[in-house]
Amino acid sequence: MASLTRADVEHVAYLARLGLTEPELARLEGQLNHILDQYAKLAELDTDAIPPTAQTIELENILRDDVSRPSLPAEDVLANAPHRDGEFFVVPAILGGG
Amino acid sequence: MADSQDLTGLFAHEMAARLRSGETTTRELTAAHLARAHATDHGLHAWLSIDDDRALAEADAADARMAAALADGAAALAALHPLHGVPVALKDLVSVKGGQCTAGSRILEGYRAPYDAHITERLRDAGAVILGKTNMDEFAMGSSCEHSAFGPTANPWDLERVPGGSSGGSAASVAAFQTPLSIGTDTGGSIRQPAALCGIVGMKPTYGRVSRFGIVAFASSLDQIGPFARDVRDAAALLHAVSGRDERDSTSAPEPVADDLLHLPASDDEAASWLRGKRLGVPREYFVEGMEPGVAEAIRTAVADLERAGATIEEVSLPHTDYGLASYYIVAPAEASANLARYDGVRFGHAVTEGADYLADYLVTRGSGFGPEVKRRIMLGTYALSAGYYDAFYLKALKVRTLIKRDFDVLFDAGFDALVGPTSPDVAFRFGAKLADPVKMYLSDACTLPVNMAGLPGISIPCGLSEGLPVGLQFIGPAWSEARLMRAARAYEGVTAAAAWRRVQPHDLARLAQPGLPTPVERVAAAH
Repeated sequence: MASLTRADVEHVAYLARLGLTEPELARLEGQLNHILDQYAKLAELDTDAIPPTAQTIELENILRDDVSRPSLPAEDVLANAPHRDGEFFVVPAILGGG
Repeated sequence: MADSQDLTGLFAHEMAARLRSGETTTRELTAAHLARAHATDHGLHAWLSIDDDRALAEADAADARMAAALADGAAALAALHPLHGVPVALKDLVSVKGGQCTAGSRILEGYRAPYDAHITERLRDAGAVILGKTNMDEFAMGSSCEHSAFGPTANPWDLERVPGGSSGGSAASVAAFQTPLSIGTDTGGSIRQPAALCGIVGMKPTYGRVSRFGIVAFASSLDQIGPFARDVRDAAALLHAVSGRDERDSTSAPEPVADDLLHLPASDDEAASWLRGKRLGVPREYFVEGMEPGVAEAIRTAVADLERAGATIEEVSLPHTDYGLASYYIVAPAEASANLARYDGVRFGHAVTEGADYLADYLVTRGSGFGPEVKRRIMLGTYALSAGYYDAFYLKALKVRTLIKRDFDVLFDAGFDALVGPTSPDVAFRFGAKLADPVKMYLSDACTLPVNMAGLPGISIPCGLSEGLPVGLQFIGPAWSEARLMRAARAYEGVTAAAAWRRVQPHDLARLAQPGLPTPVERVAAAH
């Protein structure tokens, strides 16, 4: 079974968009490998012929009538914005020259 | 101290009867519970917010409707839900418009829900009064409530011990008579395990039974909402109030909600008679390695009681139980890592803006907003879903999930009415006992998380004490069998109605009202 190096932990943290401190990275390296050891148990089972179960109740293609309904008022939604400008959420510039 | 002279000592069904006879009002009930919650929560910390003004306004509205119904006569009275005018607490991940909804996390501090959850609407329709919001492990990830960003909740049976989790505040508040009813969520055991550790009733319904609209998501194929109460009839009434199809949650099922939930026998003998001729399976794998001897003994005694009352008991096997933990700890973190991607500091919640670029803001916002267990799960899930590992981890876990589900299908197809066994391998543990080793904490849910993996309903009810602390008995049924499980649990209550342990109240109940009691945070700090 795979094990995680410190570089792997840093890469996964980056993928997960988690800014972690040095002590956190060190602690996670140990803890995640301990948990991955538990995963190894699954290799005991031959599952080649077993279909996956992503959801347990047999509901398929749940559709609703295609009718317009009121959305939340913009003011109610923007009330939670950490940074806003009028009717807009403010974010750092993503494109160059901003 | 709660006793029968005090309104907070009543069951919800007793409150309902007094409201209908005009003996009390919802305002009196609400004021009594608010007063008790305020007076006893310093050392317990079951609540993250209590909204007195809203609760009392809802109480007055409920009283007005009750008065009108009393004037209109029997038909109008019968149209009111049995929980009309009864107080209820919500885990702090259920949206109540205009109120806080932290999910136990700093990253949602300051957030105000812009709409009501489906179950909030349903409770309002039923006439229940929402007292406030209860403490929980951050994003429902944990089995002790110690992962709340706002400090842990204590257990009313022993203030040095955890109430279980993640719905620890919902369970402790009911056990401490601060509310007769509360709502929790259960992704791997988060209703049943705290119910067991606090000595109350808690049910995780079939996946899809209750709409998740307006609930902060953890793992979307596993999360389910359910009731806590001090007896089975109250839990059934609360489940009835919140169940049913909601088109805003496409996984909420159109299965009819059984009115039987409202008609469980009041008589203990009548309730117990349900067991005659019923076939119950006891999964041998649920007596896991390391289980406390006192827990195993209480469960064996409970099974013997069920047999004496007329049930046929057979030892059965759920052979893939031992693979539940590993597969769950791939599926749940994978789903969580996707669900928690939304906390980006842009639209709501905690945000750190350092100005360098958007990526730096994400990293700092999420790194400082999430606690250690949530970070651990996001890391696990991100890793399990990352390129090259998807088949080895996530797909493999979904296949094992099929095997776990088939284990249950085989037994229910063979005619078992329900399975019965322990809810948790141990009783309430001391603060810090499992914090250093995440796998040890995860094993608290070894007997509950396979039920979530299979999407089935399960209920935990008190079945005695081990070294003075409550033990939970779990009944598991096939999909949509909530009413049957409530019958089974009510039957067990009937069989054990005269048991001495039923008279034992949580040991630290009396201490909770003492002035100068340390908070759980202070208690933990003093111990280390």
